[in-house]
Amino acid sequence: MNLVVKNGRVVDPARKIDAVTDILIRDGKIRAIGKADNADLPQFDATGLIVAPGFFDIHVHLREPGTEEAETIATGGAAAVAGGFVAVAAMPNTKPPNDNPSITSYIVSEARRSSPALVFPIGAITKEQKGETLAEIGEMVEAGIAGVSDDGKPVMDGRLFRRALEYAQLFDLPVIQHCEDLHLSKGGVMHEGAMSARLGLKGIPAAAEDTMVSRDLILAEVTGGKYHVAHLSTRRAVEMVRAAKAQGMKITAEVTPHHFTLTDRAVSEYDTNAKMNPPLRSQEDVDALRAGIADGTIDVIACDHAPHHINLKMLEFDRAPFGITGLETAVGLALTQLKLPLPRLIEMFSLNPQKIMRITPWGVFEGSGAHLTVLDPSRQWKFDVNQSRSKSRNSPFHGWELKGKAVGTIVGGKVVYEDRK
Amino acid sequence: MKRKDLLGIQELAREEILEILDTAETLQEISTRPIKKVPALRGKTVINLFFEASTRTRTSFEIAGKRLSADVVNVTASTSSVSKGETLIDTAKTLDAMAADCVVIRHSSSGAPHTIARMTKARVINAGDGAHEHPTQALLDALTIRQRKGRLDGLKVAIVGDIAHSRVARSNAHLLTKCGSHVWLCSAPTLMPVGGHELVTENCEFLHRTHSMEEALQGADIVMMLRVQFERMDESFFPSVREYFRYYGLTRQKVEQAKPGAIIMHPGPMNRGVEIATDVADGPYSVILDQVSAGVAVRMAILFLMLGGQSS
Repeated sequence: MNLVVKNGRVVDPARKIDAVTDILIRDGKIRAIGKADNADLPQFDATGLIVAPGFFDIHVHLREPGTEEAETIATGGAAAVAGGFVAVAAMPNTKPPNDNPSITSYIVSEARRSSPALVFPIGAITKEQKGETLAEIGEMVEAGIAGVSDDGKPVMDGRLFRRALEYAQLFDLPVIQHCEDLHLSKGGVMHEGAMSARLGLKGIPAAAEDTMVSRDLILAEVTGGKYHVAHLSTRRAVEMVRAAKAQGMKITAEVTPHHFTLTDRAVSEYDTNAKMNPPLRSQEDVDALRAGIADGTIDVIACDHAPHHINLKMLEFDRAPFGITGLETAVGLALTQLKLPLPRLIEMFSLNPQKIMRITPWGVFEGSGAHLTVLDPSRQWKFDVNQSRSKSRNSPFHGWELKGKAVGTIVGGKVVYEDRK
Repeated sequence: MKRKDLLGIQELAREEILEILDTAETLQEISTRPIKKVPALRGKTVINLFFEASTRTRTSFEIAGKRLSADVVNVTASTSSVSKGETLIDTAKTLDAMAADCVVIRHSSSGAPHTIARMTKARVINAGDGAHEHPTQALLDALTIRQRKGRLDGLKVAIVGDIAHSRVARSNAHLLTKCGSHVWLCSAPTLMPVGGHELVTENCEFLHRTHSMEEALQGADIVMMLRVQFERMDESFFPSVREYFRYYGLTRQKVEQAKPGAIIMHPGPMNRGVEIATDVADGPYSVILDQVSAGVAVRMAILFLMLGGQSS
């Protein structure tokens, strides 16, 4: 695909670029950065907008294969580009789970066929995500995985997790953990605290996350593995990650927009769209997450997009499944809630995710895949869940007024999403 | 009553609580007549929708409705048989389509009545949801207390037992602190909910917590024992019934720590020998059966106020 991205403020902190200029794209790759007078090529007018290396959400559930009534690779990909993401990493808890190269290949080929966003599958750490024996990690790498995780089903067996951290080094593959001690959290449906006490709902203590992060950090240090903590939600976990980084450990961590935006008060009316795992925590935890974002303890914002069919979310609170959609609100919430300097925002949404996952990186440089996100930080808009590209509607942010939005998404030089005022 | 639904005590104002109790007192006399029926709610349909086993609450609501001449229908629903929670929503919509005026719901999931209330035109009364609230129990307890002690303020009330799993404890804590009494929640550390010190949202200074039954009972006007809810316990909260009874069972010796003339309450059904000794349950201070009678009056009052009945 050929394209000229015209007159935007091009910002790529990794390449030390911040200038109003043009980007020339031919055959899906960036060929030149600088004034381009190629009037013969299709033009994308970025006047007054920010053009950044394409955003990458490394924590997404696409539900295909197996739960296509909630989401498909095509609809999840469409939601991703509508949220400004050129790429997503797909968690392996499909049905069957992505624990072998056939499923990986299916996801890769189906994404090429139907998804406007790039899709990088994440393989399971253990066979069937059962936490018993290692999955064929190498075979899956050959088929195209970009990381491993048993997301949603933490590897409780410390010995096995140690082996995973060791073995994945063979492929420079990140090992991503959903940190939760399943004994401590058993039966819990929301954060354990005053709200759960009042609502009579069983709590998931912060300790369930903290103890697992603590164990994993020790194993990561012992093995030197490439360890990534998914969706941090507690103050103590942030503090432990900060301390580990201060010691020089090469670990990374992510946070979701809902965890830095909402507290457990959102559950007060038993809204099942406020039910997710890890749960919405206390104000103290939210403050700690924001501090962790500000000081660089947290590397990545990823939304944990978890679509569920409405039939399941209309259940009683304690029986409804965990998870909310997030691809289309992530950037807007980050811009509205965090007021981050632009380079830091781009780092968290694009540069750091690319460093963590095993992929060929992109950015604003000659020869890069032309994957770009175009932002309008001053755009006022309102999220309407009924207009969502996702197949599911389980978002707690319906009707929220946000300031700042991704208004253009370019993948391989093709404009896959554009939102002009 | 202005609100559409009665889902919990937490959201009620003190005046609303007193209105229900005053109305209950005026209706109490009906149950002593030879013909225990008035036509106040003739032509109104009340549906008892019970997703969880209950004899006394369901019967109490049924009698309350019938004494006011409402048509009362009992539905025993199952949470497990039909395909999951579609049951809840579809059942609610079905009952609404049948033009029920009021749905009385008991459910093992906290918040289930809230979900039903959002989807129905019928008024919804929470007859106990999970470990959340059991507002009519707290109201009948309050009526019993007021009739025995002449007031609802300035009392020391010890609520002893399985606080973590108890909707009765929550509703009573809200009601009694709102009315200005000191509530002492007493349980083993394992059965006290984390965050329990913020269980109530107003008059927080009236809520106290202790692990010592002696401290809770010392000078108490009211001792309210809670049932140990074995059916909700999926982990080890205490080593054995014998050990539980040693520390948290109400015996005659322990009763003596309370104020002379203190009354003993229990929402039932009791586990005799687990949280309460038989001689105490059947003893002179026990008002357990008064609670049952107050239950009918309080539920009559609520149905009457909610369904806009005419005095006769």
